[in-house]
Amino acid sequence: MALDTQTLKGTENVKEGVDQETVDAVREVGGKYKYGWSTDIEMEYAPKGLTPDIVRLISEKNEEPQWMTDWRLEAYERWLTKEEPKWAMVNYPEIDFQNQYYYARPKSMAQKPKSLDEVDPKLLATYEKLGIPLKEQLILAGVEGAEEVPAEGRKVAVDAVFDSVSVGTTFQEELKKAGVIFCSISEAIKEHPELVKKYLGSVVPVSDNFYATLNSAVFSDGSFVYVPPGVRCPMELSTYFRINAENTGQFERTLIIADKGSYVSYLEGCTAPQRDESQLHAAVVEIIVEEDAEVKYSTVQNWYPGDEEGKGGIYNFVTKRADCRGDRAKVMWTQVETGSAVTWKYPSCILRGDDSQGEFYSIAIANNMQQADTGTKMIHLGKRTKSRIVSKGISAGKAQNTYRGLVSMHPKAKESRNYTQCDSLLIGDKCGAHTVPYIEVKNNSSRVEHEATTSKVDDDQMFYCRSRGMDEEEAVALVVNGFCKDVLQALPMEFAMEAQALVAISLEGSVG
Amino acid sequence: MAAPALQENPTEARIASHAMPAKGWSLNAREGALARLRAMGLPQRRDEYWKFTRPDTLTQVVAPTAAVFHNDEAPLFDGIERLKVVFVDGVFDAEASDDLTLEGISIERLATAESDLHWARDLYGTLEARGQHPVERPLAALNTAFATDGVLINVTDKPSKPISLIYRHESETSDAILHHCIKLEAGAELTLLENGPAAARFNKSMEVEVADGATFHHVRAQGRDHERRAATHIFARLGKGSQFKSFTLTVNGQLTRNECVIELTGDDASAHVAGACVGDGAFHHDDTVFVTHDAVNCESRQVFKKVLRNGATGVFQGKILVKEGAQKTDGYQISQSLLLDGDSQFLAKPELEIYADDVACSHGSTSGAIDEDALFYLRARGVPKGDATDMLTLSFLAEAVEEIDSEELRDEVNGRMSSWLKRRRD
Repeated sequence: MALDTQTLKGTENVKEGVDQETVDAVREVGGKYKYGWSTDIEMEYAPKGLTPDIVRLISEKNEEPQWMTDWRLEAYERWLTKEEPKWAMVNYPEIDFQNQYYYARPKSMAQKPKSLDEVDPKLLATYEKLGIPLKEQLILAGVEGAEEVPAEGRKVAVDAVFDSVSVGTTFQEELKKAGVIFCSISEAIKEHPELVKKYLGSVVPVSDNFYATLNSAVFSDGSFVYVPPGVRCPMELSTYFRINAENTGQFERTLIIADKGSYVSYLEGCTAPQRDESQLHAAVVEIIVEEDAEVKYSTVQNWYPGDEEGKGGIYNFVTKRADCRGDRAKVMWTQVETGSAVTWKYPSCILRGDDSQGEFYSIAIANNMQQADTGTKMIHLGKRTKSRIVSKGISAGKAQNTYRGLVSMHPKAKESRNYTQCDSLLIGDKCGAHTVPYIEVKNNSSRVEHEATTSKVDDDQMFYCRSRGMDEEEAVALVVNGFCKDVLQALPMEFAMEAQALVAISLEGSVG
Repeated sequence: MAAPALQENPTEARIASHAMPAKGWSLNAREGALARLRAMGLPQRRDEYWKFTRPDTLTQVVAPTAAVFHNDEAPLFDGIERLKVVFVDGVFDAEASDDLTLEGISIERLATAESDLHWARDLYGTLEARGQHPVERPLAALNTAFATDGVLINVTDKPSKPISLIYRHESETSDAILHHCIKLEAGAELTLLENGPAAARFNKSMEVEVADGATFHHVRAQGRDHERRAATHIFARLGKGSQFKSFTLTVNGQLTRNECVIELTGDDASAHVAGACVGDGAFHHDDTVFVTHDAVNCESRQVFKKVLRNGATGVFQGKILVKEGAQKTDGYQISQSLLLDGDSQFLAKPELEIYADDVACSHGSTSGAIDEDALFYLRARGVPKGDATDMLTLSFLAEAVEEIDSEELRDEVNGRMSSWLKRRRD
């Protein structure tokens, strides 16, 4: 599909006669942020600032029932009493929460399109350009040989969120046949209030933390997944978040419920345009895993990281938590964090059911002026619960990268097991890599092991690569990819390819 | 941040309960420390570095009483040739102490060293003040401000025997504050021994300046009194090519908080801090270690092992901070606990903070029960269960004890641990 070059303007002025695609291609070769362009589209904003009226307005725009509005207003009241957390190893200028837009949607979305055919072509083109075609086609772009894969095997359903609204969700019909509900959260509030009422806020309570409380008051859209008992979701589900509007925060809310004995794999991707002003993103993801169910949650976070001097970029304050409520429930978080100016994110597992399992695989890459403070919490409550943490942090330029985590073995979590490995790699002498694990063991039949190392790119490995004709950047990318292998292997294939490429791109310019 | 001196302000109440000497060379440093203390306030449960340990009994105005523990065992280090300096409930005991003169070293008491040109003036409170960043240590500031006595040791050469500080506990209500300054001149060497329960509540601070090429060995055992409480600090600064080695054995005691703050400021220096603790029942032991690498090619090791039973709690908070430019750093940290029953707990926060790229730093932390396979192996070969458990426990502690260089001292410590274990057989 040919791109409409008039609508997809880059952030820099393009000389007349120069094709936008050429500009993009050149920029891509330059190894800079690939998704820094913005879509020129007519938007509708709620007034700037945050007041109860804004909360009501968001609720109204989403055509929510009264109970939801009340829930939000209560969260807003709680938020007023909360303080911004300061314990993370990140520094950023004070955020003016009144100088933000809390709701922005493309004008064409005022009347919710009934099907993807009715969606504004500009929006469809945006996702096309991001490599996320909102057609019910086989697979995310970028995987070679995908065309030859039989249709049954490689379908991915996509929910696309553009600023504050969900643009559309693919494969809904087919999923419905399997009994799986996959839609935007605003739709779920209307269509499945009993499920939303039961589960929303049950894993991340309204007043959990400053950003989660803010999110509870103003969340605009996000995805909702319900997999009924015994159902193996027939395809991968995915949400693609795109921030486009200026000075606008994105507050997505995702709720995934895997009922008894079900299975679902969920992918999340995100990008934002390149702007000088920092933008706020505060999401909440709640996952409920019942008896014998399994959820795989994979993220490739590639928000705009800001420029080399640290100008602009997304402030990413995210609360993600999974609750293994039933016995033998299993959850797996995999994240590749390459974007954002500031990351504050700790996907956690509450291992409540006996024999439940939690896994966390993370690659966090911070280059230039990026700051990442990320990790996980494994709360072992049930007997014979198991958790595994593999975290790989890479710092380059003047970036700061912190692993912060908690492993807690409660007295009743007999015979539980945790293994943690956090490795940090430093590229350059101006960056920092930090490890802050908390370990709390309150019974003796459990075993907890924590290992962490910090090192630089091995000279011998570099020499080996260089002597075989690779340039320095290629060699670093290869070594780093090897360093991240444990985590990359845990990603679904579509993401693994993208992540591998991202690892190389994020580090470009960090050598020499 | 200084709060008005109201009765309900715990920091001011505590300050009011102490007296500062009216004059003397340390007065400036004491006043500085008092200002720091006022600005920080005494530690509270919500402070990040007091997350795992309740500070209230260490900070309250009146020390909780602690019964004196009588036992027939000969005190540790008794068989070792050494120069003894004895404090009873924090008060110097001249009768029990040896003559304080020894070649290559000068020993004075803080309470009586009056000369206004005293060498310790540059050290007293200096390393403590440096050690207040980035983590506050209000109990150390309290110590600098109000210490009643201590030793000032200046080592110019290699004295023929270790200096041994002996702390006896005789009063159930004693509340002692001692502050030691130890300065090792270039190339000097000292072995310092410390042992004994000291007091019902003991606040001790030790500042150690290790000049270029000097070597400091420190072995201490914190006495066996069950109810004693202690908060101790070691502040050390290491010069080029110097060596610092400290080992602490803790058995019993209701509450022990040992902080160790080490700064490697000269290239090629080496610092090892180790601790072994065995606790039973109402026992809370906290090791808080902060090692800062601020020079090239330095090495540091932290080795902490804890054996816990009957509801005992072990805490480890350790940090390796590698500053920008501190290249070729080799940093190692291990904290392990052996939980002998289901009621005991281990809480740890092993941290790395690294701003230099050409470094090799690692840390490990584990917690678990005794290895059933190893136990089975020993029992299958006819070793009774009690002996087998002790054997495995001692081998678990061995990595920490091996940080003691002297074989004689190592044997003393090992003997002490095995007799403790034997007494506590089920």
